[in-house]
Amino acid sequence: MASRLKDPVSRRKFMALSGSSAAAAAFLAACGSDDDSGSTAAGTTESTMPASGGDSETAQFGKGDLGIVNYALTLEYLEAAFYADVVKSGLFKGAELKAIEKFGQEEAEHVEALTQAAKQLGGKPAPEPKAEFPLENAKAVVELAGTVENLGAAAYLGQAANIQSPDVLASALAIHSVEGRHAATLNGMLGLPITPDGAFAKPADAATVLKSVEPFIVG
Amino acid sequence: MTQHELAHPELTAITVDEDSGDLSRSEVILKGALAAGAVYGTFMVGPFVRKALAMSEGGDIDILNFALTLEYLETKFYEEAKSRAGAKGELKSLVDLIAKDEKQHVEALTATIKQLGGKPVAEPKFDFAYNDTAGFLELAQTFEDTGVSAYNGAGPAIKSKDVLAAAGSIVQVEARHAAAIRIQNGQEPSPDAFDPPLDEAQVLKAVEPFIA
Repeated sequence: MASRLKDPVSRRKFMALSGSSAAAAAFLAACGSDDDSGSTAAGTTESTMPASGGDSETAQFGKGDLGIVNYALTLEYLEAAFYADVVKSGLFKGAELKAIEKFGQEEAEHVEALTQAAKQLGGKPAPEPKAEFPLENAKAVVELAGTVENLGAAAYLGQAANIQSPDVLASALAIHSVEGRHAATLNGMLGLPITPDGAFAKPADAATVLKSVEPFIVG
Repeated sequence: MTQHELAHPELTAITVDEDSGDLSRSEVILKGALAAGAVYGTFMVGPFVRKALAMSEGGDIDILNFALTLEYLETKFYEEAKSRAGAKGELKSLVDLIAKDEKQHVEALTATIKQLGGKPVAEPKFDFAYNDTAGFLELAQTFEDTGVSAYNGAGPAIKSKDVLAAAGSIVQVEARHAAAIRIQNGQEPSPDAFDPPLDEAQVLKAVEPFIA
């Protein structure tokens, strides 16, 4: 499971590297026209460009914004369940436990907000997936948390440009930066760079994100 | 901005006074939005915020120039801090890292504005009033949190999907800076589950005192 989990991370690291030292090039690639999205200067695959015509992977959760909201809701359910399990595991105490509880509480608030959003869009909120996480020791848990948060932040970034409703976008942005805060905090705890992609965070498409959380979904 | 424009009467307590000075206006709305977000969820707050905070109608170039001004401020602030803030060890590394990121944001925004046929704004002169590391950290936290909220506020007004994606990639980095600075400051890295949006006028009010 751990090795499967590493895939998206190394892929993103690769993307960061192939984004080259010229970070402006990566930015401009992101600013480029749709026509360029298949062969970006950043050297990323076509699927990392959120503006390249929607992300059909979220369609399994619903049409348009509803699909994106339910996709995000599924990820938030996983994050909330993960932190709840970690709190129960007894692996942490004191300030660390407090931080984990706080993050977990924030993920739970994201779940609530997205559930409400799905309903406001006239849809049915995605069901909570049944999840299991490896909780062997504190270090491995913090590493997993870091991976999950960095992936979560990249997932929101990957969807931002696909969202149609300004209200849904405003809310997704309000959540996205909080995921970024969590990710940086955990990276800091792990002695990893707080901005692993450099000055410009990289998006992740839904297919990549879903594949990397798959090992934790048991039903 | 009058109270009847509010989407939720419960939120009248966070109506802002246009004439209030300096930081208070943005602080009030920031705190209000945070509190309301906690109570009602961000999707309840979203419509209120969008109503209360008149969105920029100036188009993407104006938004990018506005972001550029903020990035100029941050770049100058961290460049100065290298010799002024008394940062050591971990904090010194953080200051160096953030300075580098902000400079790249300035370069990317400048290039993008030109690419869109616009004229990048000139760098304003800044005057940062602080005397020690604690004063530096306090300002850094204000700038980073305000930066996050500024991008989050501008996001829905951005017309181009490509510019939106790029702004998103910058705001996530600002949020990461904000978390790291807050930790250095002994604060929660993520004070709330939702980073509230701020509009241009509020952001300008927050940074005005530092523009000479």
